[in-house]
Amino acid sequence: MASAPASGTARAWLLSPAPTSRTQARCGRWFRAWLGFRRNTLAMTGLVIVLLLVLMAVFAPLIADRQSTTLQELGNRLQPASWHHLFGTDELGRDIFARVVFGSRITLTIVALVSVIVVPVGLAIGLPAGYFGGFIDTVLMRITDIFLAFPRLVLALAFAAALGPGIENAVIAIALTAWPPFARLARAETLTSRRAEFIQAAELQGASALRIIATQIVPLCLPSVIIRLTLDMAGIILTAAGLGFLGLGAQPPAPEWGAMVSSGRQVLLDQWWVATIPGLAIFIVSLGFNLLGDGLRDAGDARS
Amino acid sequence: MSEAATQGAPTGAPAPADRPRAWILAHRAAGILVSVGLTFLGLTCVTFFIGRVIPIDPVLAIVGDKASPETYARVRAEIGLDLPLPVQYWRYLVKVVHGDFGNSVITSHPVLQDLLQVFPATLELAVPALLIGVVVGIPMGVVAATHRGRWPDQVIRLLSLFGYSMPVFWLGLVGLLLFYATLGWVGGPGRLDVGFEDIVTPVTGVITVDSLLAGEYDVFWNALSHLVLPASILGYLSLAYIARMTRSFMLGQLRQEYVLATLAKGLSPWRVIWVHALGNVWVQLVTIIALTFGSLLEGAVLTETVFAWPGLGLYIKNSLFNADLNAVLGGTVLVGVVYIGLNMLSDLIYPLVDPRARDRQ
Repeated sequence: MASAPASGTARAWLLSPAPTSRTQARCGRWFRAWLGFRRNTLAMTGLVIVLLLVLMAVFAPLIADRQSTTLQELGNRLQPASWHHLFGTDELGRDIFARVVFGSRITLTIVALVSVIVVPVGLAIGLPAGYFGGFIDTVLMRITDIFLAFPRLVLALAFAAALGPGIENAVIAIALTAWPPFARLARAETLTSRRAEFIQAAELQGASALRIIATQIVPLCLPSVIIRLTLDMAGIILTAAGLGFLGLGAQPPAPEWGAMVSSGRQVLLDQWWVATIPGLAIFIVSLGFNLLGDGLRDAGDARS
Repeated sequence: MSEAATQGAPTGAPAPADRPRAWILAHRAAGILVSVGLTFLGLTCVTFFIGRVIPIDPVLAIVGDKASPETYARVRAEIGLDLPLPVQYWRYLVKVVHGDFGNSVITSHPVLQDLLQVFPATLELAVPALLIGVVVGIPMGVVAATHRGRWPDQVIRLLSLFGYSMPVFWLGLVGLLLFYATLGWVGGPGRLDVGFEDIVTPVTGVITVDSLLAGEYDVFWNALSHLVLPASILGYLSLAYIARMTRSFMLGQLRQEYVLATLAKGLSPWRVIWVHALGNVWVQLVTIIALTFGSLLEGAVLTETVFAWPGLGLYIKNSLFNADLNAVLGGTVLVGVVYIGLNMLSDLIYPLVDPRARDRQ
């Protein structure tokens, strides 16, 4: 962008101290945040990991052969890494590389579905609590506290057991225990801007509570919610993998990473790669989300 | 009630002059009790709900699928499944409060008895892990905060980042592969080698303690060799979280002006950091430590599965796969109650470590 022949015009436009339009000011703000973020090596590493994960999931059929994720070649089982099988084969002769690649789709699906449930629920509970205060606040926050005091994995376990194993139920189980922090966060953010003058101005103009919450407060909450979500994704991935490991997540033959670790346990001592490689994938992805979340939080701190 | 009294906000008004200390403490205790009670009600509501929506038919589990419709209906009425939901919940609640979780289908013992039997094994794992987390994690967090941005900070941050990104079951497997199978430094899965089982009669249920009490040092060393790996792995995970939180709390404190003031007055930096600044973050750390202990208990499901450690987690997991509903819900309630208890404990400890929290109430 900056290497354009008319040297640095785009950059100069973005960093202009006197923006001439709202769009320019907004773009400039984003660009400055990005410049700060880019200096953070760890955060950039996280971003790269997460981007690679997304690309891997989207282009999985181009990277690996879908057939070989489920193709059982019993004569070819437990092979060590080779050119033909980059990560070797598992106890049923399936290609571990292909399964890891396609497993990224399952992981991303779970993360995306949980986010889609958790953020709206958290906002729906936290925003009214912070905005209206009083009785509504007490009731909503009491409910949140109750859910916050629950042991997450054990409850997810009980739910997954009650609803039956499977990805959808794992998602519901994780979401049920993951929303309270978002409600807390949304409430705290609402409280800080509740008495601001622009809110009072909107109230005086006769805007309804719903309108003020939706148009004034939600945009203020979103950055911190997104940062929190990124940090939580690592935890969500670990919980999902844990459920998979216990046999309560995606069901075989789906290439879920946690379940792959579990099935590799029997041959751990002789064929270590069967269990360790999918586990490494879980670790790297969760590390990526943690790094990215940390970086986003630092960038958010710097701006405020 | 006079107008002056009503004007002072309902909970937090500082009126130490006309309110005796005992009254304040009682008020505080009542508040904590109400919140604990409500949380407990919520927990039992959820477990009750899980018990109702669970796809396994509890009647079928008792009578078997060859039973006649009459027998089925009779047993259904006996368990009380024909009653309205609120009544069923009330009956359930009364039972839970009395510690009656029903009988386990597999062991045919009362669930509570089973739980009490396996719980010490989980404690044996969780307590050393928490100790590692506190004793190593807090100093690490302090050092990271005081060396912000320099290499000790980077190393500690990366170390703790790895810790809470790591799937515990995978770390356990890798640990077993490396330290047990390859190097032979530690004992394998389980709490004892086969030859050492049943030598010591359980008193506390914690084998390392029991063997010392009985003077069976061989058993003690064997138990310890089995304990070291899982406890260290859990210890590393709790260390990661505690160090990270300590670092961020300490950074907040070091920014305060009193730090600058005490340094300017000539106090040694060591004293300012380890006594004054750290002293101020203890309140927050108490909550973090309680949370860590809670997560160790629930993480036990995964660790104990990997290490074949016969504790609460393995019990819940095995019950789950044998459709032993009573046992699963009993275990969930137990973990939940411990969780709630830990939260309550950290609320109660606040005023002990922080005079500000004491005066505010």
